[in-house]
Amino acid sequence: MTDKTTTPEKALARIKDNSTLMIGGFGAPGTPFTLIRELIKQSPARLTLIKNDANEEGMGISLLFEAGCADTFMVSHMGLNNRVITMMNEGKIHVQMFPQGIMAEKIRAGGAGIPAFLTDIGMGTILQEKRQTVSYAGGDYILEPALRADFALIHAAEADTFGNLKFSKTARNFNPLMAMAADTVIVEAFDIREQGSLDPDSIHLPGAFVDHVIRVDRRENDYQVMKHHAL
Amino acid sequence: MHYKDKIAARAATELESGQIVNLGIGLPTLILEHLPQDTDIFVHSENGILGMGKRCRAKEADPMLIDSGGGYIFSRTGASFFDSALSFSLVRGGRLDVAVLGTLEVAGNGDLANWIIPGKFAPGIGGGMELAKKARKLIVTTTHCTRKGAPKIIPECTLPVTARGCVDMIITELAVLDIIDERLHLRELAREADLDDVLEKTGVEVVVPHGDIAVF
Repeated sequence: MTDKTTTPEKALARIKDNSTLMIGGFGAPGTPFTLIRELIKQSPARLTLIKNDANEEGMGISLLFEAGCADTFMVSHMGLNNRVITMMNEGKIHVQMFPQGIMAEKIRAGGAGIPAFLTDIGMGTILQEKRQTVSYAGGDYILEPALRADFALIHAAEADTFGNLKFSKTARNFNPLMAMAADTVIVEAFDIREQGSLDPDSIHLPGAFVDHVIRVDRRENDYQVMKHHAL
Repeated sequence: MHYKDKIAARAATELESGQIVNLGIGLPTLILEHLPQDTDIFVHSENGILGMGKRCRAKEADPMLIDSGGGYIFSRTGASFFDSALSFSLVRGGRLDVAVLGTLEVAGNGDLANWIIPGKFAPGIGGGMELAKKARKLIVTTTHCTRKGAPKIIPECTLPVTARGCVDMIITELAVLDIIDERLHLRELAREADLDDVLEKTGVEVVVPHGDIAVF
């Protein structure tokens, strides 16, 4: 039986300066908080980070920017993080923004071996200015290159030792897409079971895409309800 | 009634049984509170849920269940969860019946500008461009004027647009307006609003119906 379980230290030691990382999550759900905290201990430099959003100040991916570990950010929306917006405005980090579903599709394409695709999203807007456009079948489109990364940091609810994954509710988001689009995929999961103990029909991502699996504690603060987002 | 609730209540009446709808962050989210308890309207949120319910309190919240604005929510009977690529396939593939979004500016021809004020406000694009361009019907809910009293409905957007020619209907605290063939038509007037005042606060020519104007 294949056993991909390991410690965060061993798995994350593979991440070198200048690496490109995809990090799962849409807001807090699906953000691999424990992997991020462990990565910061290694003090990596000049990382390029790819994530839907910037989490919030003092949480998740924001900590990597606050610690000066990353200088480039590919993102869709960071409305809940004024700290990172300020870093962008002050020129401390270079930010590239994408429409959310186009970002997801760029990552999906990267994982599916498709080098680029055509879309009309962004045509007639300032997004068109810096992008290659293509005429095809009577329409004009932006050519969107696929996106891949050296590493993906993924959060799952359940894994087996082979790396088959199940996600929970809105914590799925970019996680399965990013796990398909990176050379090395490191997964944190609340529960890790023996290979064969997950129902094959209930698996959201097959273990072929996963290199390392690490058990994390769901009782950690990062995974709790944030009162300021509740009524 | 607070003007936001007035707008949300009016917008809720535009949604029809069986529709798949997306409610943007902020005022459009309030529409949920005005849908009937037994509604079979399914609300989509970009972060991967079809069938979102109302916001919930901390003790009721599941840390893995939020809407795209970050608020904890309930899910309703018949809800489903999916990844972000699928979430936007639903939008771009034409399965979204209605999107309701807020705005900074709307042009009389239906151009929408709601994502960036260069140099001042640039939190990101999010799902707005795709929702605006691909929803079968786009309703904009907004105050009629800016905080400084300037019209938000103007001949041409001064801010970078989100999508062009995409707005079908505008609902403000003063009026309901349709955009048909790049022209603005007054459909309803708020009970407390005055027609001349509304026309003055609208930066584009408005086609006014003959006879009585419906009120809301």
